[in-house]
Amino acid sequence: MADSSAAQTSARSKLSRRGLLLGGAVAGFGAAAAIGADVLMRRASAVPAPAVPREEPAEASAVVDFYGEHQAGIATEPQAHCTFVALDLREDVDRAGMARLMRILTDDAARLTAGSAALADSEPELAVLPARLTVTFGFGPRVAALVPEKPSPEWLGPLPAFSVDRLDPHYGDGDVLLQVASDDPLTLAHALRMLLKDARSFATVRWHQPGFRRARGSEKPGTTMRNLFGQIDGTVNPVPGTRDFDDLVWIADRSSWAHGGTGFVLRRIGMDLDKWDRLDREGREQSVGRTLDSGAPLTGSREHDEPDFAAKNAVGFPVIAEFAHIRRARLADPSQRIFRRGYNYDEPPFGTGVSHSGLLFASFQADVTHQFVPIQRSLDELDLLNEWLVPVGSAVFVIPPGCAPGGYIGETLLGA
Amino acid sequence: MITRTSTRLGLIAAAALLVLTGCSSTEAPGAGASASPSEDAATVHRVPAGVTLTDAWVKATTEGMSAVFGDIVNTGSEDVTLSAAGVSESRMVELHETVDNGSGQMVMRQKDGGFVIPAGGTFELRPGGNHIMLMDLTGPLVAGNTVTLTLAFMDGSVIEQAVPIKDFAGANETYESEAPTPGSGH
Repeated sequence: MADSSAAQTSARSKLSRRGLLLGGAVAGFGAAAAIGADVLMRRASAVPAPAVPREEPAEASAVVDFYGEHQAGIATEPQAHCTFVALDLREDVDRAGMARLMRILTDDAARLTAGSAALADSEPELAVLPARLTVTFGFGPRVAALVPEKPSPEWLGPLPAFSVDRLDPHYGDGDVLLQVASDDPLTLAHALRMLLKDARSFATVRWHQPGFRRARGSEKPGTTMRNLFGQIDGTVNPVPGTRDFDDLVWIADRSSWAHGGTGFVLRRIGMDLDKWDRLDREGREQSVGRTLDSGAPLTGSREHDEPDFAAKNAVGFPVIAEFAHIRRARLADPSQRIFRRGYNYDEPPFGTGVSHSGLLFASFQADVTHQFVPIQRSLDELDLLNEWLVPVGSAVFVIPPGCAPGGYIGETLLGA
Repeated sequence: MITRTSTRLGLIAAAALLVLTGCSSTEAPGAGASASPSEDAATVHRVPAGVTLTDAWVKATTEGMSAVFGDIVNTGSEDVTLSAAGVSESRMVELHETVDNGSGQMVMRQKDGGFVIPAGGTFELRPGGNHIMLMDLTGPLVAGNTVTLTLAFMDGSVIEQAVPIKDFAGANETYESEAPTPGSGH
């Protein structure tokens, strides 16, 4: 058996080596054109897939609709990769200029997310595998102020100061947010570069924060992500497609230009992995109130079991400690919840450290003041995890509603 | 399909005929101030059957010249010939091809006889390839705005379409007249 399997492996590797030697150059060069044609053919009609072998999995050509009542990239099952970029508008950009920028960026986003090259795309071959690419736009206070006669949400602006914050202005605020996400990092890089090239005459890059989750296909869709502490992170989250999600996330005020949009908070949270290393497994679970393997509350056995905050251990202490993260993060008022869509970051270490990692805590909520701030205040007052977490960046944007074909993102603010 | 058109269309269509007879460029279709309104009302143009301009864009510029790129798609059963084009922001519009000038350098020059869009085919307008050249611009072409492009075909049909302006770092082709001739030295 062992011999036969070795022989098979050897035959396979010989085949693939020969493939590389003889066909590699041709295959590499022809692949983009072949894929492009394939995507076109499948779009154009419902004819059965051609009999030629396909190298790329179906996931690569998966498309998330760009147009709609709400922008994509929020209720979308999180992609494996996401980069958040904030732009600073140039001094001379007025309301008309902002509208021109958004018309261009909207057209780029609509084409790229459909797996087509943008207009004037100098690398069109990089656009053909969208892999669920989404582009989501947000506006900071300066954009809202371009149209003073249309009131913007009162919460739009920096969050109140929290005692745990050690904010670095290099990761804070901004005028325009781009959230670009895809299961394919090359597609993402191309889409983001296309958008930034088209924004260049209007704005400069303020900050750029790439994040990642597990690769698409590594886990079942819908699996709660793990952060770099190893914790299952985001168990209690409103479920897209439910009334609960809609009520918590979308701005319902019909008189507001932001109706159908949402509020976005990005907190860059440094995670001190080197200090976390010194904490044993039980301490790690106590700090959060959940087990590390399944993410179940310490009072339960499965991830989505409801925690029993009243349960006491043999000596009379709460099983889920007073300082535990899940206790502090839960407020009595169920309308004070948020929708989390976070990503990990892992950047080159500096000094003598070996890690420079953390979480891009991205949350969507209709009212930042009513929903996000009280939760953060509760965590600020007491949360054992604060021993290992340091918020270093903070930014708030209003996410405009989606648009229809022919329209552009931001038209409810910038248009007539 | 029949459509009534503006002064500009009439001038461009007239210029299209001039191109066919060897005239070098489409002069001043722009403001069209010299044409009388009564002429406009009388001018009726067909939209070419099965011919569309898709994915078109214009390179943004502060002054001087620019170009239109995109695909002219002909789903009809007859070849069609684009003989002239115009936008109000340019006083001189030419149909350009990019060719080897004999010394290995690619240069652009006016295409004699216009662009032929084959039946069932697509004519690509690309940086570094065929394009519609906009010269003597009346002002900046600002990214995010649009220009109204008029395409006049040899059979008298016309397409008029808004085309977005985009920033683009390429499309810096050399004019035939600007290209250094072999042995000219520096």
